[in-house]
Amino acid sequence: MSTLTDPQKESFRLSMLLYDSRYRSATIQVVALIGFIILVGWLIYNTSQNLAALGKGIDFGYLVEPAGYDINQRLLEYSSRDTHFRAAIIGLLNTLVVALLGCITATVLGVVIGVLRLSNNWLVSRIMAVYVETFRNIPVLLWIVLAMAIMIETLPSPKAFRGDNATASMMLNDSVAITNRGVYVPEPLFSRGLGDIHLFGNSSIRFDISLDLIAILIVLAASIWAVNRVKHRADKIQDSTGDRPATWYLQLGLIVVPVGILLAILGFHFGYPELKGFNFKGGTHFRNSLIALWLALSLYTAAFIAEIVRAGIMAISKGQTEAAEALGLRSGKIMSLVVLPQALRVIIPPLISNYLNLTKNSSLAIAVGYMDITGTLGGITMNQTGRELESILLMMLVYLSISLSISAVMNWYNESVKLEER
Amino acid sequence: MNKSILFGALTVAGLAAGAAAAGTLDDVKARGKLNCGVTTGLVGFAAPDANGKWNGFDVSLCRAVAAAVLGDENAVEFVPTTGKTRFTALASGEIDMLARNTTWTFSRDVDLKFTFVGVNYYDGQGFLVPKDLGVSSAKDLDGATVCIQTGTTTELNLSDYFRVNNISYEPVPIETNAEGQQQFLAGACDVYTTDASGLAATRATFENPDDYVLLPEIISKEPLGPLVRHGDDEWGDVVRWTLYALVSAEELGVTSANLSEMTAGTNNPEINRLLGTEGTLGDMLGLDAGWAKAAIAVGGNYGEIFAKNIGEETPIGLARGLNAQWTEGGLLYSPPFR
Repeated sequence: MSTLTDPQKESFRLSMLLYDSRYRSATIQVVALIGFIILVGWLIYNTSQNLAALGKGIDFGYLVEPAGYDINQRLLEYSSRDTHFRAAIIGLLNTLVVALLGCITATVLGVVIGVLRLSNNWLVSRIMAVYVETFRNIPVLLWIVLAMAIMIETLPSPKAFRGDNATASMMLNDSVAITNRGVYVPEPLFSRGLGDIHLFGNSSIRFDISLDLIAILIVLAASIWAVNRVKHRADKIQDSTGDRPATWYLQLGLIVVPVGILLAILGFHFGYPELKGFNFKGGTHFRNSLIALWLALSLYTAAFIAEIVRAGIMAISKGQTEAAEALGLRSGKIMSLVVLPQALRVIIPPLISNYLNLTKNSSLAIAVGYMDITGTLGGITMNQTGRELESILLMMLVYLSISLSISAVMNWYNESVKLEER
Repeated sequence: MNKSILFGALTVAGLAAGAAAAGTLDDVKARGKLNCGVTTGLVGFAAPDANGKWNGFDVSLCRAVAAAVLGDENAVEFVPTTGKTRFTALASGEIDMLARNTTWTFSRDVDLKFTFVGVNYYDGQGFLVPKDLGVSSAKDLDGATVCIQTGTTTELNLSDYFRVNNISYEPVPIETNAEGQQQFLAGACDVYTTDASGLAATRATFENPDDYVLLPEIISKEPLGPLVRHGDDEWGDVVRWTLYALVSAEELGVTSANLSEMTAGTNNPEINRLLGTEGTLGDMLGLDAGWAKAAIAVGGNYGEIFAKNIGEETPIGLARGLNAQWTEGGLLYSPPFR
């Protein structure tokens, strides 16, 4: 039988940093960190030194100078006398628009294609496989350029709509014009509108909020609240009597009638595009640069999303489907009620990366002359002012913020659908 | 991963800026090759031919500088640049000089830290429209869709012109001349605008050039010239005086035909100084005595280069106009070789 003795109190020796396995990993990490910091410090020092030698220190003052150039697609009011900062905001909004449109379209397309790829119909599943392999294996830039080239070369120019022997005509009862400069669709107008609220005076971040839109949203919110009350009441009746009263006409009426009355009060009507002078005037103009970029990004990303959806569905065991079949559900219901909700847990995390990719790929916009933030701040502004480093740093910051925001939102959504483990 | 890309980019920026500080003339001599920035392709000014050999008005200047410095007109690496990439390419030291229809402006000279060594073409911004558009003046262009190269002075002039005349337009930004041509010919824009010389050169490549007209308005001054980085005056002098050598040669009647005859000696001391048979002008520049002779031997004097690439005999058909010698009512005026 051995006796326990107090362990000898070890004194710390310097050599233990290297030879004692308890400290070694810490030593290595500290050395690596110091080396990394030195490298970063040297890079920053070297850059600022060389910029100073060129006489071009870091200076963001150019952002408040007048931009001097025009932007075709602007969601906020903008003129060439506005500042470079304002131009950057206009570009940022254009980036966000194409990213949002692209993400929605890519998700819808991707889910449909992913589900169809698992179809028992041989032809359908093969066609979807061809689609996925074609789109995801060719660089997205080529798709963007191709979409643009097709629109420019095959669609009629506004000139073709003019004159007695016009070779092109407007569609859908003369309300939609498809030209090689973009698509013109009717726009909603209010003849007795409530006007706008102007915020932030004359500064670079000024914007208008449409009171009409706010009024519509308020009425819509009230309608939805009322619909919920109706549902609640129906639930109560069902609980007490076992019969659920038919409420669909009430719900429909509660949504449609108040909004309809409000629109009538505001004098809602459509503004139709019309050929005037060189171009169509009136209506909403979707420029072909936006359409080409939107289409190419959506189709390309949809191919990736389809694969993610397919993987998610295949991760759900066959037994789930069979159990649902045994309960008498039809295949459409099985997909939407049993398989997809479970598959979402597998699908969401890689879906986030694809949303981020789509957003970052939207910076290829310059290939078709779409004025996103790369086109304004990182293009014309950078070029006309010669502030390359500042503009690139700002753009990196912007893309980083957008990506982190998308990540945060999607992670929050992921939390809400993921499996509750107890 | 993302971090390493950022630091890689910063390193490149740092190193490139470091390289830019050294003497460009010595760099070029040591390298045995001149890196010259040109357009991505504008017939008459700078475009590769069927064999991949670059030709044109701006290209001739690059070749003349290469001949003056290195004695070999083919010792040039042509770097195609867009309106957006040209200044970064020059500032970072990727190219030694930029000869690319670049307008001399205050902010480019002062704020972007470049030195414009002279003007090789006095130009102005014009508008090209299809004839059947029925437009006779730029003031009729209210509401038109205009194709425009981004990152150019023309972009700012256009905005100012339409604002001053209180008419509206829809800009379609494009990256290169080729893209602009495609959109314009397909009717995706009504008007194509850039320097009038560039428009003439572009029109010359159309299938039916006669279906298109240049509007009479010239809305800006566009002195186009070669430029180098700020702060390297020795190199700036080399490019500047090579340009002036070509201009002076025309004024003094030195042509590619009589060059060897003239080199044998003339009774005009200025020609002798220019061609290096008298005085030490080449030495002062840090070049051979025969530097100007080599430069002129490439494509002849300014007038010959103009006539061969963009003159009235070519499809581009530009008249000398402002670009005639000062003795003939133009603006070309070389300081004396003395």
